[in-house]
Amino acid sequence: MKNSKITDILPKNNRRSFLKQTGSLLIGFNLLPLSFCSSNPVQDFLTEDLPLEVDRNLVDSWIRIDANGSVTVLTGKLELGQGIKTALMQIAAEELDVDMSRVDIIIADTGRTANERVTAGSGSIEGSGTAIRNAAAEARNVLLKLAAEEMNLSANQLSVVDGVVSGKSGDNTVAYWDLLKGKKIEGRVSGNAQKKNPNDYTLVGTGYKREDIKRMVTGGENYVQDLRFPEMLHARIVRPINYLSKLVNLPKAEALKMEGVEDVIVDGSFVGVICQEEFQAIKAMNFLKVNAEWDSPKISPLADELYRDMMAKSNPPNLVEDSGPIERNLSEDDAIEAEYFRPFHMHASLGPSCAVALWRNDQLTIWTHSQGVYPLRSTVAAMLNLPEEKIRAIGVPGSGCYGHNGADDVAADAALLAMKMPGKPIRLQWMREEEHAWEPYGSAMVMRMNGAVKDGKITAWHAKLWSDTHSTRPGGRPGNIISARYLEKSFEMRAGGYSGGSYRNATPLYSISALRIEMNDYASPLRTSALRGLGAYANIFALESFMDELAHKAGIDPVDFRLQNLPDARGREVIEAVVKASNYRTRQLESNVGLGIAFAQYKNSASYFAIITEVKMDKENKKIQLVKMTGAIDAGQAINIDGLKNQTEGGMIQSASWTMLEQVKYNEQGIESTNWNSYPIMRFQDVPDIEVEVINRPNEKALGAGEAAQGPTSASIANAIFNACGQRLRVLPFTADKIDWERI
Amino acid sequence: MKERITLRVNGKEHELEIDPETPLLYALRNNLALNGAKYGCGIGQCGTCMVLLNGNAQTSCNITCSAAIEYEIVTIEGIGSQENMSPIQQAFVEEQAAQCGYCANGMVMTASALLSRNAKPTNEEIKQGMNRVLCRCGTHSRILKAVKNASTK
Repeated sequence: MKNSKITDILPKNNRRSFLKQTGSLLIGFNLLPLSFCSSNPVQDFLTEDLPLEVDRNLVDSWIRIDANGSVTVLTGKLELGQGIKTALMQIAAEELDVDMSRVDIIIADTGRTANERVTAGSGSIEGSGTAIRNAAAEARNVLLKLAAEEMNLSANQLSVVDGVVSGKSGDNTVAYWDLLKGKKIEGRVSGNAQKKNPNDYTLVGTGYKREDIKRMVTGGENYVQDLRFPEMLHARIVRPINYLSKLVNLPKAEALKMEGVEDVIVDGSFVGVICQEEFQAIKAMNFLKVNAEWDSPKISPLADELYRDMMAKSNPPNLVEDSGPIERNLSEDDAIEAEYFRPFHMHASLGPSCAVALWRNDQLTIWTHSQGVYPLRSTVAAMLNLPEEKIRAIGVPGSGCYGHNGADDVAADAALLAMKMPGKPIRLQWMREEEHAWEPYGSAMVMRMNGAVKDGKITAWHAKLWSDTHSTRPGGRPGNIISARYLEKSFEMRAGGYSGGSYRNATPLYSISALRIEMNDYASPLRTSALRGLGAYANIFALESFMDELAHKAGIDPVDFRLQNLPDARGREVIEAVVKASNYRTRQLESNVGLGIAFAQYKNSASYFAIITEVKMDKENKKIQLVKMTGAIDAGQAINIDGLKNQTEGGMIQSASWTMLEQVKYNEQGIESTNWNSYPIMRFQDVPDIEVEVINRPNEKALGAGEAAQGPTSASIANAIFNACGQRLRVLPFTADKIDWERI
Repeated sequence: MKERITLRVNGKEHELEIDPETPLLYALRNNLALNGAKYGCGIGQCGTCMVLLNGNAQTSCNITCSAAIEYEIVTIEGIGSQENMSPIQQAFVEEQAAQCGYCANGMVMTASALLSRNAKPTNEEIKQGMNRVLCRCGTHSRILKAVKNASTK
């Protein structure tokens, strides 16, 4: 892949001469986001004649080869730090038989890529990866047919090395790009084109290095935060006190007199400042924050009443599972009950969300790190009452988001402001306290478990769950955009009370003779949406903690108890792998040191993951020390084995941080967790040693992996603490005050 | 009010017309078009905006331009380029020590200052030295390996 800048989609030479050389192939390409140093940016990025939606059935919508021999892959998914660009390029290069050095990729852009909705749910390899593999196989077919005609041979006599097709004798060759001469690859993706046998892969399954890391460590342009356009202005939002605030008074006239202030935009209770320079915008925002008056109703219930309120006030339960004689088995066999609690967690992206928007010539262009450019477009269209064809949303990587953070909100904010300042690109980056306080959180949850065992078997499992929604992504509904609630013509947020991912992974994969799972939807006082794993994090925390409690009740080793009750062979294999890698069977443990196991298959359909955590109860310093976490993952066919490891290691550490430290704090006025002191996350000195083993299965389907570690990690820590000191923690996070240190 | 000030960045003098109270971070990013240092928190808690001031790793979000004129400022762009990476940058690439990479600037700059003071740090010293920079993707174990790797170059 080329050493490219984010916006540098075209080769380095002059755009016009490039278009001349390459002809019709680049019809879809000649309308690019501008290069940073472009002399005429307006003409370069305004959208003309772009389709409203790219036709995903055409090969050309996924794979393009230009006359100079470079291959471009197009995906509707966004790079979020998960390394998806590299993995998707590997899939295309493998199927086409071209070298990675000639491959580049264009990500999520309503003007150029197919509508692949959101980059979420660990679905990009399964979704976009499959689409790109099919398109690349189809492209190879088309190209081999062209080559066969040109060479007067039949297609099955041909072989390809780095895009150069040759006959059996090897003296007759032609390259893909010479066959196409810059024209697009004609054809539709049937899905039936012959694909390469995975046993012949030379690129898929390797740990091909990500090229973007070079840019990241040298200060190269890589992020939406780095976009810098001529005549660009800087904006900030003056946030209200809390979700329910209404603006009463704003000293707008005084703010307008401040240095560099171009305008103060007020629409209902939505207030934004637009300035020449970024620091001027921050100063104007601060002035207005201090001097604005708001009417702010109080937030309730507060944290100390939250869980009780959830269990008391939810809607009638939704029966997720119901089979077998649950009451009878609970009363006749060895039964236990336990309640587990998860607070609100935040995405807490390291870089506050950012967007640039430009309203010019009746067209709105938004540069965004939204996980879904098409849904963002339809939502902004509805919010602004603009036709969708007047809006182009262009995906540019941002700071890692781990789900639905402020990305869509800031893009909508920038769009609202850009509409009031025609002709000028408006850059808006949220402040730290804004990201912390206004992003949608992972919902607080309660899990009440009743279960019974008899003769080492699980005879009853009854889980009652309480949660707010885990999905309020924009999806065409402006009410899901935070600022849309505050506009003069306001859009109502859909209140909680629907499940959206709440019971994900609540159903155990273990053999259970009587099973009941009830889901209770709750409308919580804080804004909630998708955080990595959705309900799976807390459900697996409860499920896998409870498995340990049942194992204890049955008097069986927790690993053996799982193996005995798990019919899924691949599940048993990841457990065996992690048992082996951590020397679980042979370890001699010092006092106050414990090992804890946990396992899950994400969504009960994606990657298998098992983990063993080692903890040490440091009595002297009253500290729960995570010593080591060993994981094993089976994601079916691994595309990029190093990327898979990186994602899994990251998931383990992030989940350990949620589990040990994190809890959104709020009072009746609003959110109190507004920086890294009031919402601490794990730092280097608390990070345990990490080891991850990958079980690669090249002939199996590739399974989504990005969220697999979140749930099991939490339970493995709880189980390790129990193993170390006999104390069972059921209320997240596991701060030191939850341990009775006198008993250790 | 704007004033004319001179910043010494990556070995060159830059004359800027800027409000001297502007945090150095914004001058680097917006006036000098240097992308490495990034806004993370604005109050020196996360380390994404790390630069070297007279060789010491310091956050650039909470020092004003008027104070920064006293220092030799080095940004990540001054440590090495994509074509000519420093050993630390090379080590991060070798270990693939990034996910979203937003923290990479803080990590590289902090590691750079650490290794210039202590060429062969122990694992514990690396953890301690890097502790002030946050990573939300959980890339810590790779970053530790990268710093260790760089210390052997």
